[in-house]
Amino acid sequence: MRLKAVAAIFAGLLCLAAAADPADRLADPAQEARARAIFQDVRCLVCQNESIDDSEAELAGDLRRTVREQVKAGRSDAEIKRFLTDRYGEFVLMTPRFSWVNLALWGGPFAVVILGAGLLLTRLRNRTGEPELSPEEAERVRRLSQTDPT
Amino acid sequence: MIAEFGSFALVLGLAFAAAQFVLSAAARLRRSTVLAAAGEGAAVAAFAGVAIAFACLIHAFVTSDFSVANVAANSHTQKPLLYKVAGTWGSHEGSILLWCLILTGYGAAAATLGRGLPRGLKASMVATQGALGTVFLAYTVFASNPLARLPLDRIPVEGNSLNPLLQDPALAIHPPFLYSGYVGMSVVFSLAVAALIEGRVDAAWARWVRPWALAAWSLLTVGITLGAFWAYYELGWGGWWFWDPVENASFMPWLMATALLHSAIVTEKRGALAGWSLFLAIGAFTFSMLGAFLVRSGVLTSVHAFAVDPKRGVLLLIILGVTAGSAFTLFAWRAPKLSRGGVFAPISRESALVLNNILLAAATMTVMLGTLYPLIREAMTGEAISVGPPYFNLTFAPLMACLGLVLPAGPLLAWKRGDLAGVAQRLWAAALIALACGVGAYALVSPRKAFGALGIALGAWLVAGALTELAERTRAFRVSAGDSWRRLTGLPRGAWGMTLAHLGLGVFVLGACCELGWRGEAAEALPLGGSLDVAGYHLTLETVGPREGKNFDAERALIRVTKAGREICTGEPDRRFYPAGGQTISGIALCYRGASHLYMVLGERRTTAPDSSGRGGMPVWLIRAYWNPWASLIFLGPVIMALGGIASLSDRRMRLGVGRRREAQAAPATPDAPPPTPLRPGQEQTA
Repeated sequence: MRLKAVAAIFAGLLCLAAAADPADRLADPAQEARARAIFQDVRCLVCQNESIDDSEAELAGDLRRTVREQVKAGRSDAEIKRFLTDRYGEFVLMTPRFSWVNLALWGGPFAVVILGAGLLLTRLRNRTGEPELSPEEAERVRRLSQTDPT
Repeated sequence: MIAEFGSFALVLGLAFAAAQFVLSAAARLRRSTVLAAAGEGAAVAAFAGVAIAFACLIHAFVTSDFSVANVAANSHTQKPLLYKVAGTWGSHEGSILLWCLILTGYGAAAATLGRGLPRGLKASMVATQGALGTVFLAYTVFASNPLARLPLDRIPVEGNSLNPLLQDPALAIHPPFLYSGYVGMSVVFSLAVAALIEGRVDAAWARWVRPWALAAWSLLTVGITLGAFWAYYELGWGGWWFWDPVENASFMPWLMATALLHSAIVTEKRGALAGWSLFLAIGAFTFSMLGAFLVRSGVLTSVHAFAVDPKRGVLLLIILGVTAGSAFTLFAWRAPKLSRGGVFAPISRESALVLNNILLAAATMTVMLGTLYPLIREAMTGEAISVGPPYFNLTFAPLMACLGLVLPAGPLLAWKRGDLAGVAQRLWAAALIALACGVGAYALVSPRKAFGALGIALGAWLVAGALTELAERTRAFRVSAGDSWRRLTGLPRGAWGMTLAHLGLGVFVLGACCELGWRGEAAEALPLGGSLDVAGYHLTLETVGPREGKNFDAERALIRVTKAGREICTGEPDRRFYPAGGQTISGIALCYRGASHLYMVLGERRTTAPDSSGRGGMPVWLIRAYWNPWASLIFLGPVIMALGGIASLSDRRMRLGVGRRREAQAAPATPDAPPPTPLRPGQEQTA
């Protein structure tokens, strides 16, 4: 247990500083910008919840090199991401897929909005201003208005 | 000796908390004022016991008493005094003790301050608070005693020291604020549980809950902001919010409390939404406990996980399950009997506040799903997934944008039945300003960023909307300036609170969108005298020299910043090595340019590869610089919001007890008391 905690802190510290090391940069600024955008969506697998864009860990460096090579080779973003998920599983991407297993994740917030709006609408529809008069009350009102001198 | 004394005081605190629960519960059952007073006395005594234990732990840290296990694991003789004191709550055990200290502190405050409350409600509340205190203190005493000694033969000569990331003045203030906010929700929780036991929730209840919710919310706002600022300048990534589980854990109770503050207004003014306010009151503290569990158990990986122990996480999970489970069961049982309160039209202040609550609830759901869904997915299918910032940008951001769009209209609507055309008429100036700001930002600022421009428009809309509301209240530009001024100074503090809170949100949105939209970044490996450019600023690495700290060695760079040949400022980022733990961290330098920041980080030292002529081997340093436009507003906005909370807290109506008058009239409440009479329409409109 203890060891794990220490290892966690150590891993955290390895991942301290961001990437964007000038030594590894691609020559073409457009390609480099694309690579950086991909970095932000790829998780540093050994770190504590960080993208490879932020991480200084060795594995993150390897992943950055892989992504840069593939960008340079002209592969599309989707192809690169598929390559990564085939290798490391869905865990490697920071954006969860739009798929049926993730329906609750993507749909949950909007379900709350729809549910809340539905409840509000029922409440608004059911509002009854003043309760209607019972026959006896109506009779009393009629009598009172009749006896009223004005 | 002192550690043993502290342990003894801690056990005494536990005993008093248990006595507080038993005595107050008995007072409620037998309607005995004597027992109730004894229960309140026990609440104060429990606080005193825990405070003594806490003082003893601080003493152990300050004197570096390494025979105490917690001190040996987290302190070091060479550590500056401030961090020795702050280190008290830098560890798992210490932070849980801080939690208990604040929990019993709130219990004692609620017991002594809540004089205006009906006796039955108060006894139930003090009993609930006592039960919470008992549970958490029992956990501290039996599973996480911070004052436990090491066996004699294992006492080290030197301590393990504290994680260097935590060695920052912010550690001294961030956790106390955050915990005061988290645990402040416990009073709100206890009041909700007490109201469910008593079976009555009315305008008076909403009024009693409000100061506690406001205080906790304001403290939590400050705590989260301090945490964000700490991450911003300590971690050296240039970011301030990472949608990290630990950040989310503090954000969920904040969202719930924000929703509660708004729904409680409806309950107070119109007697409606009583059940929903109760639900939020229970939910806010549940999320606080969930946060403590997530942070302390290590079930989720986080960049901020500093004091983690999976074994004890299970115990915390049980505490969370039992307390929240019983509260929600009570809610499910009693809430359907509550009255529904006043009716309202689709266009009304009530509807606007309900819309606010729907959106905030959905936002909370987003943050909760984003935090917990990976765990659920892994437990159900065995597959691990990551939920990172892109998810929150796609779900949370649109929800909050919707909230921001309708927000300025809410305070201008009348209760029961509002006039949308009238509101539109009063807001057209604000809309025009927002549109002008958005279009201006899109057209004039380079590079052109549509998202940033939209954000600027939204922020301007919120700020202008809050000012419009203030102008409406003072009838500015319609009556003479002197008359307006008199109205302005005569405004209730609660009104100022709302205006400030909404204004603060606008300021935050302006800062956040500007920073996200137009931040600039540059990184180069520079030799001495080398330079790089970011956002029109020219940074030159002048010197790199050694710097000695009390417990670290560091390299410090001197960076000269110029713009168009004119010297602007110098920055001295450093890179520290802490021998005690063998860790290296970066100390960043900030150069303030108005509300914007130039953010400089010193990276590792390298050596250039020798070139063909055999020269080379020159040292170079990796320098990163960020241009963060309007970043100060990101932290200023929440501070304004918290000030609004404090202003509202000082409102007259919080001090004048409606309850005291009511209590004089009301017979002792029974669980089956008739529903309260809804407030008469046409009451004064001070939100």
